[in-house]
Amino acid sequence: MIKKLTASPLLWPALALVALLVVNVVLTPSFLSIRVQDGHLFGSLIDILRNGAPTMLVALGMTLVIASRGIDLSVGAVVAVSGALACAHVAAAADPASVGTVLTAMAIALGVAVALGLWNGTLVSVFGVQPIIATLVLMTAGRGIALLITDGQIVTTASAPFKVLGAGYAAGLPVAILVSLSVFALVGLLVRRTALGMLLESVGINPEASRLAGVRHRSIVFAVYVFSALCAGIAGLMIASNISAADANNAGLWIEMDAILAVVIGGTSLLGGRFSLTGTILGALIIQTLTTTVYTAGITPETTLVFKALVVIAVCLLQAPKFRALLTRRRSRTRPGSGPSGSEKAAQPSEPSGGVSATAMATK
Amino acid sequence: MTAPPSGQTTAPVVHLRDVTIDFPGVKALDNVELRLVPGEIHALMGENGAGKSTLIKALTGVYDIDAGSITVDGVEQRFTGPRQAQEAGISTVYQEVNLCPNLTVAENILLGREPRRFGRIDFRAMNRRAAELLGELDLTIDPASTLGSHPIALQQLVAIARATAVSARVLILDEPTSSLDADEVAELFRVMRRLRDAGTAILFVSHFLDQVYAISDRMTVLRNGRRVGEYPTAELDRVALIAAMLGHEVEVLDEIADTVAASSTAQAQIVLGAHDIGRAPAVTPMDVDIHRGEVVGLAGLLGSGRTELARLLFGADRPTSGQLTVDGEPAALRSPRAAIAHGIAFSSEDRKGEGIIGDLTIRDNLVLALQARRGFARPLARRVTDELVDRYMEALDIRPRDPWLPVKNLSGGNQQKVLLARWLITEPRLFILDEPTRGIDVGAKAQIQKLVAGLAADGMGVLFISAELDEVARISDRILVLRDGRQVAEVGSDCSVADLTTLIAGEGAA
Repeated sequence: MIKKLTASPLLWPALALVALLVVNVVLTPSFLSIRVQDGHLFGSLIDILRNGAPTMLVALGMTLVIASRGIDLSVGAVVAVSGALACAHVAAAADPASVGTVLTAMAIALGVAVALGLWNGTLVSVFGVQPIIATLVLMTAGRGIALLITDGQIVTTASAPFKVLGAGYAAGLPVAILVSLSVFALVGLLVRRTALGMLLESVGINPEASRLAGVRHRSIVFAVYVFSALCAGIAGLMIASNISAADANNAGLWIEMDAILAVVIGGTSLLGGRFSLTGTILGALIIQTLTTTVYTAGITPETTLVFKALVVIAVCLLQAPKFRALLTRRRSRTRPGSGPSGSEKAAQPSEPSGGVSATAMATK
Repeated sequence: MTAPPSGQTTAPVVHLRDVTIDFPGVKALDNVELRLVPGEIHALMGENGAGKSTLIKALTGVYDIDAGSITVDGVEQRFTGPRQAQEAGISTVYQEVNLCPNLTVAENILLGREPRRFGRIDFRAMNRRAAELLGELDLTIDPASTLGSHPIALQQLVAIARATAVSARVLILDEPTSSLDADEVAELFRVMRRLRDAGTAILFVSHFLDQVYAISDRMTVLRNGRRVGEYPTAELDRVALIAAMLGHEVEVLDEIADTVAASSTAQAQIVLGAHDIGRAPAVTPMDVDIHRGEVVGLAGLLGSGRTELARLLFGADRPTSGQLTVDGEPAALRSPRAAIAHGIAFSSEDRKGEGIIGDLTIRDNLVLALQARRGFARPLARRVTDELVDRYMEALDIRPRDPWLPVKNLSGGNQQKVLLARWLITEPRLFILDEPTRGIDVGAKAQIQKLVAGLAADGMGVLFISAELDEVARISDRILVLRDGRQVAEVGSDCSVADLTTLIAGEGAA
């Protein structure tokens, strides 16, 4: 049981998250407290969830893209485009405060986000452009498009319904959290209750073998890019809604890096194949908690990035099979019973095969 | 690093004693001993899963051993990585060419040992040195050409050149002849003998018994992770060797002839008909008909168009000419999906690259083709999957019988069985098998041949491709002979291996 637990790839990210929370509690004893005000929940934990919601969504789309052996660098740009379109529409509308206007604005934004995803998907799955290059195009161009939409200005809106997605509450919880978690739950059901997850992993591990087995490899790859862009579009709406403004220069800036990091911390390999949605949630939460910790710990802005980098390196190292093998090997080397002629019993101590499997993993 | 000039030829340069390696749930090696003597070619024999690959990985530092010792030149070694093994003078050429196709031949040969000048790689010296090494093997390959531009057989020889580049005292050749034609094998053997005479200890792994008897001086036989014994090759005849490798399962080989005889049925309905099917330049337009319950063999050398033809019939490549009919109806097989929808299955010769999904479990690999055909939205019920997986793991004797293991952990023969089962689960009407027995041992080979004969007896059409002519001759009802992308002959099952060889070589036919 314990062995099963320690073998889980989710162990280290989960421990890292707990450790970060403990650090925060030590720094701010009231960190874990959640209070109710006007029927809404408030507190640092809620803040972490709400602020992390957009990254979580983007990381969700990124997980599926990475599982297909690809990468999507354009998500940050799509965030900016989506927010810009929505704000521009609301700001220009005759009646910004009407629900209809806001819904139209969101539909336009998400429609364009999906169109951008179609573009990425076409480049990668139809024309076979390497994903990093294909999405790099939009990463650069997309922000330009967002700047064109907003005329290079920060477009502000004063629309109560528009604020709901990013800053509103429902059932005591921020709407953004509810949206992100619902999308996660839906996708989780979709990939694990249908065969989509298995087929996606198959394509990510060995595209040619999958094709020969009759898997619709192109459609699957195409779909993950569209879905990734849709996630980024929703995240863009959340960010714009939260601040009631579209900042084409800064909205979603570097969010692709945070998303990729969240995926990797969550244990999904950048080489594609097997993926973990739960891992990605943990990864996104770690990144957001880290950001919060930096603020509450009063770390100076100059050293913030270095601090973040250190934590990320630690988590990634703990997950790396080779690093873990080094640790286990050191332990197994010193274990007793490594006598001259290793009898069969000595070769099978109470921790069977721990050392071997770890070293075998390291060499693959 | 030359071999010490010595009269101590009987002292082994490498000695493994009581080596044991545990894998989760499996004892891959159990107290195994192996001695390699300078100036000798030593064959390592055994079935799939007998522990050959594991033993080689222990010897090359890929796996850490759990018990026992490895001594090189009398000094006990503890390899923690392939590099240490190499530094101790042990070089390896693996079954599947493990080189970088995007680098040049010279870069591949000298990778990690590039000649340097002022801290930079001296490409001219590198190409010169590589040309020398290739020259020693009588190979005229341009060292500056890209490795991937050469056929697999040449790449293999480059891999051997790479291994000799370190002046290794111990050279391990793991199934080096799988992709080579007869001339290239002869070439390889010449090189091996030269290295042997220069004092190199060579460990040779091959499932071609002819080759083992032609080249080896001594052999060690493994079975189920244990050593059966070490014998001078001259003193162990074929029957005794097979008995040592298989134990009690020898009789399987004899049964096949009976099954094949039973499956030779009269003319039945044509499952797949191809008219003028071709793809320039590899396949010149030809006609192929495959009937229900018939095993059609494709015989030809590497590059004769046998694999290319198979891929056309499965829709893996688009033909440049010709039409296909399935059950008499015209069918455009534009993709593998389309072919699968028509009940055609195809097992590629490239198990690792085009067959298994390494990181997925045996279970997922087994149901992949069926699930892909159903579409993602109609997942197989867990109970149905369990039943299918149990039935086929049992029927094809896939070991270890744990459906949750990643398929990459299995031996080559068991991976092949997983692939066959993947297709059998889709209940195809035509099964195209490209080299299904390549690189696997006698026992699994016999099992697969028997399976194919049985499938045909049950009414399935089979297109069977193999480089081993006796296998093709034994199993086929009808054999198409290909040479240089052309169909040069069609013969019946009574054709002898000698006749086939003549047809393939083109003597008297041209």
